[in-house]
Amino acid sequence: MKKRRLVMRSVILLILGAAVAYTLYANFTKEDSKKVVMGEKAPDFVLVDLDGETHRLSDYEGQGVFLNFWGTYCKPCEREMPYMDNQYKQFKDNGVQTLAVNVGESELAVSKFTERHNLSFPILLDKDGQVQTAYKIGALPATYLIDKEGKVVKYHTGQLTEEMIKDFMEEVQP
Amino acid sequence: MVSLSGNLLYVAFILYLIATVFFAGSIKDKKGKQLEKGPNKWAKIGVFLTILGFVANVGYFITRWIAAGHAPVSNLFEFTTFFGMCLVGAFIIIYFIYKTPVLGVFALPVAILLIAYASMFPKEISPLIPALQSDWLHIHVTTAAAGQAILAISFAAGLIYLVKSLDQTKATKSNFWLEAIMYGLVCTLGFIIMTTVFSSMGYKAEFNYIDKFDQEAQIEYAMPAIIGPNEWELLTDDKFEPLLAMPGIINAKKLNTVIWSIAAGSILYLLLRLVLRKRIGAALQPLTKHINLDLVDEIGYRSVLIGFPVFTLGALVFAMIWAQIAWTRFWGWDPKEVWALITFLFYAAYLHLRLSKGWHGEKSAWLAVIGFIIIMFNLVAVNLVIAGLHSYAG
Amino acid sequence: MNHVKCECGHVNPHGTILCESCGRVLVESEKEKKLVDMRYEGSARRSQTYNKTFIDKIWNFFSSVKVGVWLIVITLVASALGTLLPQEMYIPPVMPASEFYEDQYGWIGKLFYDLGFHNLYSSWWYLILIASIGISLVICSLDRMIPLWRALKAQRVTRHEGFLKRQRVFGVTEVNLDDSSQKIIEKLKAKRYNVREEDGNILAEKGRFSRWGPYVNHIGLIIFLIGGMLRFVPGMYIDEVLWVREGETKLIPETDGEYYLKNNEFILEVYDKDKDNEAFSEAIEKNGMVAKNYQSNVTLYKKIGETVAGQEQELEKVKDEAIQVNQPLKFESFALYQVDYKMDELNQMTFSLSNKQKNETFGELKIDLYNPQDQYDLGNGYSVEIMSYFPDFEFNTEGEPTTKSKVPNNPAFVFKMITPDKQDGEISFVAIQQTIEPFGDNDYKLDFVGIDTLNVSALTVRKDLTLWILAVGGIIFMIGVAQGSYWNHRRIWIRKVNDEVWVAGHTNKNWHGLKRDIELVLEDTGIKEPEDQVQKEEGQE
Repeated sequence: MKKRRLVMRSVILLILGAAVAYTLYANFTKEDSKKVVMGEKAPDFVLVDLDGETHRLSDYEGQGVFLNFWGTYCKPCEREMPYMDNQYKQFKDNGVQTLAVNVGESELAVSKFTERHNLSFPILLDKDGQVQTAYKIGALPATYLIDKEGKVVKYHTGQLTEEMIKDFMEEVQP
Repeated sequence: MVSLSGNLLYVAFILYLIATVFFAGSIKDKKGKQLEKGPNKWAKIGVFLTILGFVANVGYFITRWIAAGHAPVSNLFEFTTFFGMCLVGAFIIIYFIYKTPVLGVFALPVAILLIAYASMFPKEISPLIPALQSDWLHIHVTTAAAGQAILAISFAAGLIYLVKSLDQTKATKSNFWLEAIMYGLVCTLGFIIMTTVFSSMGYKAEFNYIDKFDQEAQIEYAMPAIIGPNEWELLTDDKFEPLLAMPGIINAKKLNTVIWSIAAGSILYLLLRLVLRKRIGAALQPLTKHINLDLVDEIGYRSVLIGFPVFTLGALVFAMIWAQIAWTRFWGWDPKEVWALITFLFYAAYLHLRLSKGWHGEKSAWLAVIGFIIIMFNLVAVNLVIAGLHSYAG
Repeated sequence: MNHVKCECGHVNPHGTILCESCGRVLVESEKEKKLVDMRYEGSARRSQTYNKTFIDKIWNFFSSVKVGVWLIVITLVASALGTLLPQEMYIPPVMPASEFYEDQYGWIGKLFYDLGFHNLYSSWWYLILIASIGISLVICSLDRMIPLWRALKAQRVTRHEGFLKRQRVFGVTEVNLDDSSQKIIEKLKAKRYNVREEDGNILAEKGRFSRWGPYVNHIGLIIFLIGGMLRFVPGMYIDEVLWVREGETKLIPETDGEYYLKNNEFILEVYDKDKDNEAFSEAIEKNGMVAKNYQSNVTLYKKIGETVAGQEQELEKVKDEAIQVNQPLKFESFALYQVDYKMDELNQMTFSLSNKQKNETFGELKIDLYNPQDQYDLGNGYSVEIMSYFPDFEFNTEGEPTTKSKVPNNPAFVFKMITPDKQDGEISFVAIQQTIEPFGDNDYKLDFVGIDTLNVSALTVRKDLTLWILAVGGIIFMIGVAQGSYWNHRRIWIRKVNDEVWVAGHTNKNWHGLKRDIELVLEDTGIKEPEDQVQKEEGQE
């Protein structure tokens, strides 16, 4: 009788405690839930680059993908562009593709920017923001790393150094 | 229609004043008689006048509704007036249950002060902004006001309890606080008097000043400026020059009004003390001599019991439903919402203390008084001082 | 376990004050008192009886009403403090919160921010406070409801003299009950009492269910809090803002690429002194513009077939709707609300090319600010090339032209004007109200002709799957509160003791009503109306 009461009380307290703990945990990780879940399959997309060529993410399965979101008005994006370009040249034939998705600016602005910085990797235009919505992009620059199975393995916002870009690319290199 | 409406409100106001006198008279008349044989003639006239006033008050409400095309509860004047009207309505109901004229002596003046206070704010009929265009405006606001009004009856009962039960021959802490409440009520009267005096004089003084965003702005004072706004420059000729300027983040105009009200209230209070030669609480004590303390306690408790569900329904449940429709979320921690929650929590604590901890009588009466202060804070300070989504023009 | 056996034969749980069955006072100290404490019918509150292990101690902590009230009071005070200054979500986005509070409110603002009050209602300690109230609700209710239920079920008609004597309403009359008992019972029944008889003694009871009110409303509150908690579960609650320009079709976030929205038109209406209700004219004159309507006329589309993001998709119209404040667009579990707007955002700009000296014009070019072309051919060998485009132009710290955003708030261009006599072109930098000719005086210039503007609507995209749980909790709470507040549990005991009739009454509230009932029932029976022992006492003082 006494024992049963103790068990009952323990169970009730445990349930209540667990509920509170979960709520607190969820409250402090709610910012994290606003991005694509790590380890999940990256949302597929099809976009056309400045040269008119179509890129489909799922076509790159078997390779790692360095997926960068950027805008011409974003200073840190501008600063990391040359590093990305260098590393792109290193890795493009070693199994890591670089895709830089512009966040819906005019083609003119993007192409002038690309000419000015002499960028060689594919610049994709996400005109109506569908891909940004799918990847829940907020602050720029934002970078996702996708492995050869098409799964998201890393997410980073803010400017990258050349060293970091290199490490990232090595990480998803097959 | 609009002027008819205004006149009806005026009639109601006067009738409430006269009714209060009759209720007070009913106690002085033939000692102790009404305890045995029910209310005496004075009390009967008093309640008749109250009902008449209430009818006129409802008349004001209906005619204004017709004129505006929406329930007149959309700005501070309309809401506070409605609150006063509900308070009288609640008093009438409680009066017929318990037959206690002394409740009228305390509840009616509170209603009168509320209505007078309301009239100090802009009275024109304002069109509804998009967020207010909903039937929930009527449902939410009227229920919330009714709940608050019923809860306010417990304040009147609490005051009666304290006035009767406190030993006025000694200077105690309780007496001090009761007197502070009386002083607060007198200051409200001070505010009403000063506003009326200066507006009947047509006092207007314009200032240029620098607001909190470092922008130049203009403001018009309706009372002589003791406190001027940040870096003021008086534009109107021959008006009183401020003695002091406030930094930009403080609303100097409102502070100025508060200072005038307190000054007028203090003078009024001192005069009252000089005339009465005792504390206001002590002066009111004879009015309560025939009433049974236990009955007052029960009236207070019952009005909380009746008012609490109504308040919860109006100020929280209906409020949440409407907020979900108009503001996309049922709860957003807007100051007004938070203060409704605080009121709810406070009365919940009141009920728990009473039911489980046996806080009856004096403790319960003090809680009822504090509860009303919270309601008034929500009505006055949250609308005028703490800006939020509920801020009304004023 | 040490149960307490009463003289009447009933076995009570340990800690019982008044026998559940006959009401005899079981605890010595209570016998001294003039009146019994009827709050929980004198039943044994479980928490007070076991206090052995750690678990029991936690349990007992939360089971205390005193703790519950303290939690309420602390929450109340904390909530009030949070309203002193605006919460972070309500401050204007002019500067970061860390600077805003100090800048606006001085040291008070800094303290407010440093203490974390700018986000008080989602702080961990506030959440813990609310959660503790929830735990207290569960445990307090469990601890009190079960014993109370036992006690009310076990109560007997014939109550112990000591119990009756210690009731607040109590009276003794020397009269024979049997003469009038039938009449009394009839009257009690007419007043809707449940009447039980035993050996000629009477127990009349009504409104017992009002005693469950507090527990019902606590259950409602617990359900409400569970609903609030579920909001944190991913997918239950969505809060996004969608800005969409007139004429634009945009994917609605969080719909898995399924739904698209086209903004056909945004309408802003203000009250008109002459056309609207004339009762408003004073207010309109005083306040200037008063908004009457914010409305987005939209079309909702659904995607047909499987496509991936970025692919051209085929859309099927679902419905046209006018979204207004208070009238959201609803589909599936989503609702779109009108929350903000921007009037007259730049969309197109028109320039004309002319010769400075002769003032001849050579055609116009209309630039779509969201998709400008590289080159605009004006014919006859005249053309204009866009060298650079800055939609939201400013000079950066190095004095170079840059853009602040992708929105054309302040467009600027570097044009190359190619004319038959200047085949290499002349360069001109053109911004609003400003032209710079970096390579000396040009012969040609671009004159600003006009702009086309569009309105932009901001719509909140909301999904809240917790609403129905909150509604259920709210309804149960209101039922419980009404049940407990508007009904009273009244009991009247009438018992023969030797040659006397003892009458006692109890109610959980509204003694006035109980006394009126007793008065009516005892009329013309020769039994004296019982006295209110509390009021009598006061009268004597």
